[in-house]
Amino acid sequence: MAIYFQKREIVVPGQLLAEGRYRSSIGTYSKDGKIYASLIGLAELRGNTIKVVPLEGVYIPREGDLVIGIITLVAGNNWKVDIGGPYGASLHANNALRRPYDEDISKYFDVGDVIAAEVIAFDRVSGPFLTMRGRGLQKLRDGMILNVSPSKIPRIIGRRGSMINMIKDKLRIYTIVGQNGRIWIKAPNTKILRIAIKAFKMIEREAHTSKLTDRVAAMIDEELTKIRGEQTEVSGAVPEEKPEEPPTEAEEKAPEPEGSIVEEETPAKVEEPESKSDEAPEAKIEAPVEEDKEQTEEEKEEVKE
Amino acid sequence: MSPEVKPDFLINAEGLRIDGRRPDELRPIEFKVGVLKQADGSAYIKQGKTFIIAAVYGPRELHPRHLTLSDRAYLRVVYRMATFSVPDRKKPAPSRREREISMVIANALKPALFLEDFPKAVVDIFIQVIQADGGTRCAAINAASLALADAGVPMKCLVPAVAVGKADGTLIVDLGDQEDKYGEGDVPMAIMPLTDEITLLQQDGSFTREELLEAMQMGIQACKYIHELQKDALMKAYATKAPSEDDDFDDDMETDLGEAEIIGEED
Repeated sequence: MAIYFQKREIVVPGQLLAEGRYRSSIGTYSKDGKIYASLIGLAELRGNTIKVVPLEGVYIPREGDLVIGIITLVAGNNWKVDIGGPYGASLHANNALRRPYDEDISKYFDVGDVIAAEVIAFDRVSGPFLTMRGRGLQKLRDGMILNVSPSKIPRIIGRRGSMINMIKDKLRIYTIVGQNGRIWIKAPNTKILRIAIKAFKMIEREAHTSKLTDRVAAMIDEELTKIRGEQTEVSGAVPEEKPEEPPTEAEEKAPEPEGSIVEEETPAKVEEPESKSDEAPEAKIEAPVEEDKEQTEEEKEEVKE
Repeated sequence: MSPEVKPDFLINAEGLRIDGRRPDELRPIEFKVGVLKQADGSAYIKQGKTFIIAAVYGPRELHPRHLTLSDRAYLRVVYRMATFSVPDRKKPAPSRREREISMVIANALKPALFLEDFPKAVVDIFIQVIQADGGTRCAAINAASLALADAGVPMKCLVPAVAVGKADGTLIVDLGDQEDKYGEGDVPMAIMPLTDEITLLQQDGSFTREELLEAMQMGIQACKYIHELQKDALMKAYATKAPSEDDDFDDDMETDLGEAEIIGEED
């Protein structure tokens, strides 16, 4: 019985982690009673189970995962759904619709639609199957999808949702975080959306540092203050020193352009406004084109006030 | 460029090689992990004048579909040499030699990978030789195994590789281009250092039984040294991502990976 690593030490594949009666779990393998790392990551001992928290890797579906998928094909009464990673999922109409449903199921979800779904079955023989029976599992309208590394998702959610709840409370946005590394964000306006993107990217980049929740919170507060400052300049009528919370009416209920179908079918690169050099250059930000219009509309409203 | 002439000797009177190395000395090796943004994992190796970049994509969906293996992932290796990698322009079309080396590299890496974790998928490894100066297949294996680790592909251990050869009757480690061309033989080998399993062993030229056994011992020693360099390079690439020392982590890093919470969007 011996442990050969420090808590949260970075380990490389093939490194001996422990000997004796320990159980091997994700990121490790055992051979001749010894446990070795099979991934690069942070080694961790939990009870007598040893695991390596991966730092990289693709999304491998697990039963019970909430995922955000994009419909790629309508086949009979099945949808083929891209959930990222090596495996394409399928969703049967019976698991998504209330009967009776129309024979032509492309009426409900068509190619390019984005859905939130749950993985109900996945094993080595048959590919992942999804269901949409469950609270909040539905087609996602408006908003945008942000792609992050799937291995960073646990950190984005935080312990019992601490991180994501903090972000939601502060920014008053709707988000769904899929285990497959896709985050759906619906923000009242583009400025808030940009802060949200910045926060998620920050978590992704600094996933393995401590006190991250506090730092993200501080960053969001700072950005929010900046926005308020800009608003004051524009409108002139708003008192200079406003309390942090609650946010102004304009932020809470931003005008949603009615009838405009803001879907991910028309992705466009969003350039970060204040050219942030720390932004990862490979960051893929898909966002609806309509956003710019939305923002200008809002600004006009603000001026009116 | 002036035509290459055969050197008069490969080992000089003092027992040193043409580039001044001792027989059991490796060329200076430099690894770097994570050199490409687009790839899931990448690494380069500079070994003497040899310069190779390896990129790994996947595990991902396999196309064409008929290659699919139902019980494990398919490992697809593409080893290519740039047209400018050698003094005489290399024709850009894939050569028989490149295809063979691709296969050899795949076979050398396969035993170290847990490909059975990803049935029906593919792991793609692209190896580009930018500058060739002998020992490219071994250098390529070194770089590819780092790129695989960087991509997060589960593996038993890294795979170091090295070539051992014979020149002027002396066994030498890590052959350069001239030693390869004008020497008497060449034994490229790759091992899994954890178990000392040999995953690649080829030979050209002639060796006596004793010479071959000794060459293999020299190769294993050199591989173990390269393995240390590989681990260092990997650690270095990820060191910045490590948590700081004074850190009690009351924070929320570990979360229940499975318990996806449905957050937001009430209707």
